[in-house]
Amino acid sequence: MKRKNRMITAGLVVLSSVIWFPLFFMAAQSLMGSTELIKNTGAVLAGTGGKARFTLLPQFPTLAPYVELLLDSPGFFVMFWNSCKQVFPILLGQLLIGMPAAWALARYKFRGRNVLMLLYMILMIMPFQVTMVSGYLVLKKFQILDTHFALILPGIFNTFPVFIMTKAFAGIPDSLMDAARIDGAGEFRVFTSIGIPMALPGIISAVILGFLECWNVIEQPMTFLKTKNLWPLSLYLPNITADKMNVSFAASIVMMLPAVFLFLWGQAYLEQGIAASGLKE
Amino acid sequence: MGIFILFPFLDVFRRSFLDAMGGSFVGVDNYLTVLGKSSFKLAVSNTVRFIAVCIPLLMLLSLTIAVLISSISKLKELLKTIFLFPMAIPVASIVVLWRLVFDNSGYLNGFIEKFHISPTDWMNGPSAFYVLVFSYLWKNTGYDMVLWLAGLNEIPESLYEAARIDGAGKKECFYYITLPLLKPTAAMIAVLSLVNSFKVFREAYLIAGDYPHKSIYMLQHLFNNWFVKLDIQKMSAASVMMALAAALIMIGVHVSHEKKK
Repeated sequence: MKRKNRMITAGLVVLSSVIWFPLFFMAAQSLMGSTELIKNTGAVLAGTGGKARFTLLPQFPTLAPYVELLLDSPGFFVMFWNSCKQVFPILLGQLLIGMPAAWALARYKFRGRNVLMLLYMILMIMPFQVTMVSGYLVLKKFQILDTHFALILPGIFNTFPVFIMTKAFAGIPDSLMDAARIDGAGEFRVFTSIGIPMALPGIISAVILGFLECWNVIEQPMTFLKTKNLWPLSLYLPNITADKMNVSFAASIVMMLPAVFLFLWGQAYLEQGIAASGLKE
Repeated sequence: MGIFILFPFLDVFRRSFLDAMGGSFVGVDNYLTVLGKSSFKLAVSNTVRFIAVCIPLLMLLSLTIAVLISSISKLKELLKTIFLFPMAIPVASIVVLWRLVFDNSGYLNGFIEKFHISPTDWMNGPSAFYVLVFSYLWKNTGYDMVLWLAGLNEIPESLYEAARIDGAGKKECFYYITLPLLKPTAAMIAVLSLVNSFKVFREAYLIAGDYPHKSIYMLQHLFNNWFVKLDIQKMSAASVMMALAAALIMIGVHVSHEKKK
């Protein structure tokens, strides 16, 4: 029994190498000096001919790619900053608008609630391309195409966080709220003093999922932003690797870092949130 | 709130019946044009094929991992973290690696040459489809694993105990308790996997660009290329059809849930 257990663990560890090995490999490559990197990967990334050579560890580890990326690549900074300017307002807006919406959907029984919930679910599974034309026409009418707002406004009205937060709010026991009401708390007070604190794990997980999604966004800037200077890092990164391949791995790693830290910090919440998204109503 | 998206969409619905100048009513002509396009047929069949291959594969793989992980005691949390980790990796960061691996002069070809197998240009042949399947599995297995684990946790331990007293072995427990009770979870996982399957376009686009090999030319590519040409009529008609498909799927899932209640 115990032996079998150990075999399963070993098997899973081996399987998991499909995940950690590539990441480890990338981190190692990012510490490679430019001559070494071009010698090894130039065949693919820079078209120098020959074959790519697989080397796990750099012969002469150096932080030079990071230094060059952070001090000598203004483009990278602009794009990183663009990403921040687009992601954080979206998350804030999702909270301000999504929380009350989710609260209403979860706690009040009103006519058409089920239909509305179904509508939210349908909108959730639609790929971006379905609403691409309508989105474009609206943004054009508002004259905010090709500005940060072209990403921020539609981003705020994403239905996925509302969906997760609705599940979180619905999980609060009724008795708690009734008790607060008997003590004379108004509806708004119930929302802020009981609803939000009790559903905090769900709300945090919605924010983390939202961040991972926005940090990764590609389709929206591609259609709504013509000016390359406004592009977020997620879309621009491949261009950096084409220009300066010696920093390509360092840039990839730097881009990963915020997402990875957030993931490690909030993994418990994230798991709860994902689990909640899978439960039937 | 839905009005922000819904109202404009109704406008698109109206436009899908008009001609290019937006003036006169042309009935279902736009739909017929779109349905007649060979690029549309190709994109639909690729997308459907991708979904049909990926979702069962992903669900099976993640269920296996979830069941195995819940049975072990050591390293459980660490393994869970590792399997979930790709979720946090931005697509843009990882594609540079996929390019290195699958390029014509990349690692995979270098590796198989050692076994005297002739190299393939992975991204520019029918194999591109499987590269995409691989990157989808890589990214989403952990997410689905967590969903399955949540489903597994919902099953009361007492059921297993009762079954064991009645003499049921591990296999019987799995087939007669675990699987049937996971059914409602499975429906939701399939829906969420479907949502995520549309996002694989990001990998496809960043690795192969606007016009990739025809085995991975998805609906998303088609939409983008129409968009560049500002082909609003065709796009409107196609979006209406896609929205209809999405709505039908979701309503189907919803109705089957209601029936069970």
